[in-house]
Formats: sequence, C-alpha cells, structure tokens
Amino acid sequence: MENLDIISILGSTIRLSIPLIFTALAGLFTERAGVFDIGLEGKMLFSAFAAAVAAFMTGSPWIGLLAGIAVSVLISLIHGFASITNRGNQIVSGVAINFLASGLTAVLGQAWFSQGGRTPPLSPSARFTEIVFPYANQLRDTGFIGRFYANVISGHNILTYIAFLAVPASWWILYRTRFGLRLRAVGENPGAVDTAGISVTWLRYRATICAGILCGCSGTYLAIAQSAGFVKDMSAGKGFIALAALIFAKWRPVPVMLACLLFGFLDAFANFMQGKNVPGIGEVPVQIFQALPYVLTCVLLAGFIGVARPPKAGGVPYVKER
Amino acid sequence: MSTASVPLPNWITYGLMPFLNLVVAFLISGLVVWFIGESPLEAVKLLLQGALGNGEGIGFTLYYATNFIFTGLSVAVAYHAGLFNIGSEGQAYVGGLGAALASLALDHYVPWYVTMPFAVIGAAIFGAAWALIPAWLQAKRGSHIVITTIMFNFIGAAMMVYLLVHVLIVPGKMAPETRVFLEGGQLPKLDWLIAMFGGKIGAAPFNVSFLIALVMCAAVWVLIWRTKFGYEIRTLGASPTAAVYAGIPYVKTVIITMLISGGLAGMMALNPVLGASARLQVEFVGGAGFVGIAVSLMGRSHPIGIVLAAILFGVLYQGGDALSFDMPKITRDMIVVIQGLVVLFAGALEYLFRPAIVRLWQRFGKA
Repeated sequence: MENLDIISILGSTIRLSIPLIFTALAGLFTERAGVFDIGLEGKMLFSAFAAAVAAFMTGSPWIGLLAGIAVSVLISLIHGFASITNRGNQIVSGVAINFLASGLTAVLGQAWFSQGGRTPPLSPSARFTEIVFPYANQLRDTGFIGRFYANVISGHNILTYIAFLAVPASWWILYRTRFGLRLRAVGENPGAVDTAGISVTWLRYRATICAGILCGCSGTYLAIAQSAGFVKDMSAGKGFIALAALIFAKWRPVPVMLACLLFGFLDAFANFMQGKNVPGIGEVPVQIFQALPYVLTCVLLAGFIGVARPPKAGGVPYVKER
Repeated sequence: MSTASVPLPNWITYGLMPFLNLVVAFLISGLVVWFIGESPLEAVKLLLQGALGNGEGIGFTLYYATNFIFTGLSVAVAYHAGLFNIGSEGQAYVGGLGAALASLALDHYVPWYVTMPFAVIGAAIFGAAWALIPAWLQAKRGSHIVITTIMFNFIGAAMMVYLLVHVLIVPGKMAPETRVFLEGGQLPKLDWLIAMFGGKIGAAPFNVSFLIALVMCAAVWVLIWRTKFGYEIRTLGASPTAAVYAGIPYVKTVIITMLISGGLAGMMALNPVLGASARLQVEFVGGAGFVGIAVSLMGRSHPIGIVLAAILFGVLYQGGDALSFDMPKITRDMIVVIQGLVVLFAGALEYLFRPAIVRLWQRFGKA
C-alpha cells in the first residue's frame, strides 16, 4: 500500500467518523442520564432534512445548522415527554421516532420539492465547505508529514473541528461540572438524586436536550457538509453504528471518539478495498467490513474484551415515591 | 393526587384507551395529509377502497397481514417474558435462508405439501438460530437484548447480502437472488378462499402462509396461557426476581423464549419467499420485523389482538400503495409516518390519557 493511499484512507476516516462522533456523544448524554436512546438515527435524519431545507431556503449554512439543531431538540423533547413525563417505554419511543423520521422526511421532501424525497442541490455558499489551513497547499507535495497536514489535518469543514472540540467539552461537562455529576448520578441511582432535592425529571430533560443539539450537528453535517442536500434515508444506519460505538467505548467520552474513529476507519477501508485483490485471498467482501462494527460490539458485550457495564438505571422510568 | 394507582375496569384499559390512542395517531396522520395539500377524507376513502374494495385488494391486504402476524407474534412471545426482541427483522431475513434452502433442495422431486413442513422447520430453525446468541448474551452475560438484537439485524443483513451476491446467485445473472423455485417449492395461492366470498384474487400473492400464521396464533395462545412453560414465561416477564425465587430457571427460560420468538420471525419468510416471489431476494423482509413491534403493541401481545392489528397494518400497506397511485403527492412513505405515530401513541404514550380518564371515571363512572 502506498503512502498516498494511507493518507486518503485517513482523510476519509475523519470524514466518515464525524457524524458518528456527534451522534455517539449525543447518546452518551441521554444514556448516562438513564434514558435509552434508540432514536438517535431518527433524530439525525430529521435534522439532516431540516438543515438541508433551511439552507436551501435561506442560502446560509448557519441557519441550516440552527434549523437542524432546533428540529432535533424538538424530537428529543418528544422522546423526553414520552419516556420521562409519561414513563412510557423508552425503546418503543425510540422506534417510533425512527419510523417518523424515515417517513415524514420522505413525505415532506416529496411534497415540497417533488424530487423523489430529495431536497434540491445546494450551492457551495449554502454549505459548510472545506477550510484550507495556512500553507496546506504548499506542503501538499513535501513528503508524508506535509501530505498528512494537507489532507488529514487541514481540508475539512468547520463541523469536523467542532466535533473534535465536542469530545473534550463533553468530558468536561460530564466529569468536571456539577451538572455532569448529577447527570451521571441520575443514570445510576435516581432515587438518591431525588432525595438530595434535585429534580430527576428536569435533569433528564436537560440530558435529552444536550443529545438533541449534538444530533442536530451530526444531521447537519450529513446533509450540508458531507453532501449537498438531503437524500431519502441518508443516515443509513449511522445512528446505530454510533450506538454500537457508544457501547464499545463503555459510555465514556474519549473512548467514544476513538471507537467512532475505528468504525469510521473500517468504513473508509472497506471503500478503499472495494474491487481490489488481496494476494492469496482474492477480493475481500465489503460486507465483512460492514458487519465488523456490530460483531466487535457483540464480542465486547459478551465480555471477551473487558466488561461493558451500562448505567444502572438505564431504561427505567423514575417514579417518585409518595 | 396521583392517578397512576387508581384501578380502572378492563373495558377502559384494553378497549377505550388503545382506541383513543389510535384515534389521535390517525388524526395527526390526517393533519399531515392536509398539510401537504390533499384532503384527508378523500385519502381515507381511496385507501379503504384500494385495500378492501375488491378481491385483489383484499388478497394483498391479507398477504401483508400474514407477514405482520408472524413478526407480531415473535415480538409478543418475547415481550411476555419481559424481553424486547427488536431483532425480528434480522431473524426473518435469516429465516428466509432456511426456507429457501428447503425449497431449492426439494422442489425438483416432491409436491409443495411435502416441501412445506421442511420449509417451515427450516425457516424456524434459521430464525431461531439468529436469536440464539443475543439470547445467550442476555441470559448469561446480562447484555441488553435490545442492543444485541439491533446489532444482529445488521450482521444478518450483511451476511445475507454476501450469500446472495457471492454464493446463492445464479451464475451469469446480475440480480442477487436465487433461482426461481419450481412449483414443488412454492406455496399455492388461496384463490379459493377469496372466491368463497365472491372475489377474484387477481395478482395478489395471498397464499397458504396465511393459514400457517393462524395456526401459529393458536399455538402461541396455548403456549402462553395453557402450558406450564407459558406460565413461567409470564412470571419472568412480571417479575424476574420473583420468578427466580420461585425456582424458574432464568437462563433456560430466556433462551427458549427467544428461540421461539426467533423461530416465529423466521417463519415470516415463508410468505414472501415461498408464497410470493418464489425465490430468495435481497431485503425481502422490508421492515416487517419493525412493523411487528407496532402490531404486538397494538394487539396487547394477544394473538387475537395481533391478528386484528396485523390486518389493520395490511390495510395501511395495501391501501397506501393504491393511495400513492391516485394521489402522487402522498408517497408510500406516508405509511411509515402512520406507523411511527401508531407506535408513538399506542406504545410509548399509552398512558397519555389515563390521568384524564381516571378523573372522569371517578366523577361519573362510579356512581
């Protein structure tokens, strides 16, 4: 394998990991607060649609981002209303959100634009485009480090860098603020938090709002940074890969980023390997790489690589004692 | 004052509340239709006409309903044990492999009624096998079954695409599918059943799988409410700690329940693979596993409720097809929207109206 290939695989690893990182961090907030979030996929899809529509209407990617976040937070609040206030089944609520997202975005997209569920292609000014770092173009031809700088560090859109900032930010919020401490506590032992006079309901709502904001970023990234518009069902299971990454990382922020990069790398590597022959084996089926994130997560869950212990109160609605 | 602990009569809990939830889901669906500029009433009329207006429509409706009965039963059996099997989709997909292998092996030699039992068993075994590892992980390792079954949906999809593209494909053909089964490997249509009611089945792929589904409904009813094991399943679902204290083996019960659930999901494959297209194709399940969740919720995990809910979703599917033909603005995706709303209101928000109903009941009902 050439150096050039490695650089291009690493570059696309970054691009493919970003939606996973945002989404997995979103899941980190809700699940750490004791609310299961199967609806990550749906929130991503809803926000991708909203971002694409808003960016198309206004021509501004930032308004697209705001719209993506707003819609995603709204969906999070529905999830919260069902699973926190109404104490409904959190899994069922997530499944419902995924159905709604897949259906409603396609129906509205077709009704508004009549392009088979797509939104019209966006002009470059309505998208988040690549930012070229200083000297990147000059360094492009100066050996491995220069190429690495030009293609892996530089040349991504603003949301990519926000995603990598969101990782330490999430760590700081979860582990160094009072809100974070309480959020983690409410996922382990909501009764104790309630006894301390803190509202379990409000804490869990705030966690779902955080998740909404992060999912909004990931959907926006899909629709108006990675592509130039919304395509029907464009999240294509990324929400579930992010969920797998979250578990693979055992519900901790920095490992979440690493797991997402690993799964992104698998995806990029699969694309690279397509149609290539490996000496002695022949063509490696792309399906192996597609299944690998899930297989790895199951192996982890089986307890063969450490133990993944979920937040204790996850999935259980809190009933205040009378 | 809390209203959660006030008991209500059964007709309210099992009749009025699900009905109200359903009404709200349909009202909001109507709003969506109205919002995109079509008349909701006209849409309902076209939908019902398309689904129930003639023999062919009814045939399609019952064909879809057959899928949903199988997956609904699959979700329901697991649900009785307190397990959320979200993997019916993948189990049905892999079950298709078992059914197709039986047909491919036997269709040259024997008539369909000899192939059928092998196909049923093949589909059930393959579907159950796909539920085995998640079940084992839940029972022995405490991994959440929801997560593992989701993972197995994706692993199964990747595996089936691989098998169809590289192994089962007819050499020289482009389409990733098996060869077409001969008549000995197909399930015959139930045209006589439709004809009994004076209709013509037309092109509808309504077939013998429907009868197998009804038999399974009866079998599940007997299993859950009339056997010792069914009692153990329900006890486990009501309280795992009490079940273990009463001497019910946790690991064994969880694994066997999930195998039954996976087997039922696998049998769903009979309908599209042997009944309709007479070959194994990529993504033939088409979301029926997830619809099973909605069906099981609406049917309150009871076989009779499941049949009714499955027929309702069959009407939605077939009627939605007809509707998208007559009203191009409303695409087939509208069905998915309605599905989502039904799951949201009948499932996640099932107690939405309970406090209000309790207050009304306390004021007027008790007198």
